[in-house]
Amino acid sequence: MTIVPAGRGLALRPAGPSLWTWLAVSIAVVLAVPIAAVVSSLAAPAGDVWLHLWRTQLLELVGQTLLLLAGVGAGTLVVGGGLAWLVVHHRFPGRGALEWALILPLAVPAYVIGFAFIGLFEYAGPLQVEMRRWLGPGARLPEIRSYAGVVVMMTLVFYPYVYLLARVAFREQGAASVETARMLGRSRAGAFMRVTVPLARPALVAGVALAMMEALADFGTVASFGYRTLTEAIYRVWYGMFDRIAATQLASVLLLFAAGLLLLERRSRGRARFTQGDRRRPVAEPVRLAGWRAAAATGICVGVLGLAFLLPVGQLAWWAITAIRARHVAPDFAALLWSTCALAGVTAAVASVLAVLLAYAGRLHGTATVRVAAQLVSMGYALPGAVIAVGVLLPLSWADHALVPSLERVLGRPLGLLLTGSAAGLVLAYVVRFLAVGLQTVDASLGKIPPSLDDAARVLGARAGSALRRVHLPLMRGGLLTAVALVFVETMKEMPATLLLRPFGLNTLAVEIWERTAESMWQEAAVPALTLVAVGLLPVVLLIRLTSRK
Amino acid sequence: MARRQTRRGGARILAVALGLAAPGLAATGESAEVMVYSARAHYGQEPAMEAFTKKTGIVVKSFGGDAGPLFERLKAEGDKTPADVLISVDAGNLWNAARAGLLGKVDSPEIQANVPAHLRDPESRWVGLTVRARTIMYNTKKVKPEELSTYEALGDPKWKGRLCLRSSTHIYNQSLLATMIKRYGEPKAETMVKGWVANNPTLIQGDTKILEAVAAGQCDVALTNTYYLGRILAKDAAFPVAAFWANQQTTGTHVNISGAGVTTHAKNRGEAIKLIEFLTSPEAQQMFADSNFEYPANPQAGVNSLIAGWGKFKQDDTNIAAAGEFQAAATKLADRAGYK
Repeated sequence: MTIVPAGRGLALRPAGPSLWTWLAVSIAVVLAVPIAAVVSSLAAPAGDVWLHLWRTQLLELVGQTLLLLAGVGAGTLVVGGGLAWLVVHHRFPGRGALEWALILPLAVPAYVIGFAFIGLFEYAGPLQVEMRRWLGPGARLPEIRSYAGVVVMMTLVFYPYVYLLARVAFREQGAASVETARMLGRSRAGAFMRVTVPLARPALVAGVALAMMEALADFGTVASFGYRTLTEAIYRVWYGMFDRIAATQLASVLLLFAAGLLLLERRSRGRARFTQGDRRRPVAEPVRLAGWRAAAATGICVGVLGLAFLLPVGQLAWWAITAIRARHVAPDFAALLWSTCALAGVTAAVASVLAVLLAYAGRLHGTATVRVAAQLVSMGYALPGAVIAVGVLLPLSWADHALVPSLERVLGRPLGLLLTGSAAGLVLAYVVRFLAVGLQTVDASLGKIPPSLDDAARVLGARAGSALRRVHLPLMRGGLLTAVALVFVETMKEMPATLLLRPFGLNTLAVEIWERTAESMWQEAAVPALTLVAVGLLPVVLLIRLTSRK
Repeated sequence: MARRQTRRGGARILAVALGLAAPGLAATGESAEVMVYSARAHYGQEPAMEAFTKKTGIVVKSFGGDAGPLFERLKAEGDKTPADVLISVDAGNLWNAARAGLLGKVDSPEIQANVPAHLRDPESRWVGLTVRARTIMYNTKKVKPEELSTYEALGDPKWKGRLCLRSSTHIYNQSLLATMIKRYGEPKAETMVKGWVANNPTLIQGDTKILEAVAAGQCDVALTNTYYLGRILAKDAAFPVAAFWANQQTTGTHVNISGAGVTTHAKNRGEAIKLIEFLTSPEAQQMFADSNFEYPANPQAGVNSLIAGWGKFKQDDTNIAAAGEFQAAATKLADRAGYK
């Protein structure tokens, strides 16, 4: 392990903006178009909606949003980071299976977990019905539709980001650092707080930032829990007051929050970079837990897994059986599966390539331009899917109306719309929405490669591109495949942008689910939802295999 | 009328047959299809659409999505939109599309005869397909129907802690408030909402969830659309919740619609009008009523036998365009009154 100051640099770096800088900037410009389309709404005169919001609830909304972010940030940090520490540094019954099983909730869409949760824990749910039967009519649980309910729920949905990144970070720390701390007289706990956590900080912060951005963009969960946030207000203004302009203006405020989060993340990484020097040493000798400690460790892991995965999936399975019995099964599953996987696959590939290019450009030239480019393309992750979809829709239809008429004159036949409602437009929206996931993962993994390797490669005559191909990519294979798998799963689950931008005749599993849930027919939605979870499990299992390899 | 439709249907079938035999002809000639953008989930539509195709040979293609975004897509596509018909739940959405110039005027005596005036646009740009009544629901074990009367009376202190409502952000409630504003004016509507809020209502998302909460005893009275109760009763006849028709002695029960309009830039305008004429006919209306327990917009069609027992009720005959006109006002009113 070596800690190298950020402003590192053996010679051999060109002075002016290089090809890589240009590449990064052009990627950022293309991906910023939808975001710019959203922000451009600020140019339109602010309607009386703003005055109304200011008078009634804008401050409350901002406060509620901040509270939610704080809760979800703390929750995912404790649950995701804690679980990772537990499974990496300890031995207890079931640890082997639990270590990978704890990633599984990633495959379940938030809207599914949320609905299953409310169904189980609300007053009319089976749990409270039984409680009243046994304990009398006064027995009840705290209201699930509350701040605490939303935070617990979102923590369960989003903790895997922190868990995934923290687990890899803990594993890669090697024994030397902890052993040194112990030799210097630190207790186990002291070594953990003073060495293990600070060294894993970039990974922990990156994971928490992803979770918080997800929480910021979420509409489905906060809506069904009746919790008011800025995102919820965007939809209320858009759908309720028919004021799309004011809605996108509000979304621009959301971007401020996202920028704040990204800044915070950068700042907390500090000026130091952490790289892995010694990979030969295994993880520090894990602590063997026994007795009640072992039972508690197993219990905590099983508890989280049960709540975040087994419960909602069990509920879905139950509904699916009911639906199949009643013959409410969606037609043509093969076509739905194919289009879902094709879209997710293309998006994952595109996003990963772009993430590598951006991250590598940042490594070669840590200039402000490149850094800003990377931040800009990460902002989309904090925007609700429907807002990004409109951001993509507007420029595409503008281009269509500008270009198609002249093309039609040349070809002499009507063409209709070429870009609006094309699969390319949909993939663009996905990439804008999810690139941050790929970029964080790739960046973290690239950052762990010691810069001395770059220098060695360059001294031996390899150009930047060739060094990337021959040195960095093989070393960051794990991180890269993690990025592919994460973006794949995220894209599969995405609903609002898919609904708005999909080409005619192209349906995905998420669209099929919407068709039923829009009329709150959850039982009928269970079969496509369960299929979505099952397909999402494949990349997640792949992820597990990749990151478990010694 | 029936004969005219059959003849037209025969012509369509012939056209399709010709088209199949000579693709070139079909490409240049009139294509017998109609594209529907639908913000109503396809449930309940399928049988009627299939019957239309069977009858006329016109193929119905459908593209679904949430109303707000779908509206943006239609608007962005402009004169190049492939959409011929826009179907949506809630009159407010249709009103908004019409205001933005996305729906064209349709002069069809048939449609006007099929659907009562308060369920269609005064300027003939959209028309109701089904009626969705939003009324008082009560736990049959804990509440006697004599205790109930009007929406306003749910603000009576006797319902303190016993009332369940869906959030004010949901369009069903916004439309209810909007028509109230139209009928009573803002001050009176606001007093009503403040009365509800003073009773500390439990807010629950989803009408089905609300009905389950009433059945479980979390609250005793609530406001929901009636077809959600119909769906539950179809599975569980012993479900202890019943519908009470609100405001029968006064203004009538609030109704909303799911409805349709022909897009301004429809490429198949003729087919689109035929589709809406068919969908408002008693035959198709019966299919709508049977598949989702909604009330038909056309009074000539009967209701599903399951909900026939709820009896006839007086509808609030305020033109449902008010749901759009006063929607923003309703949202603001709810915010002011503290109804979340």
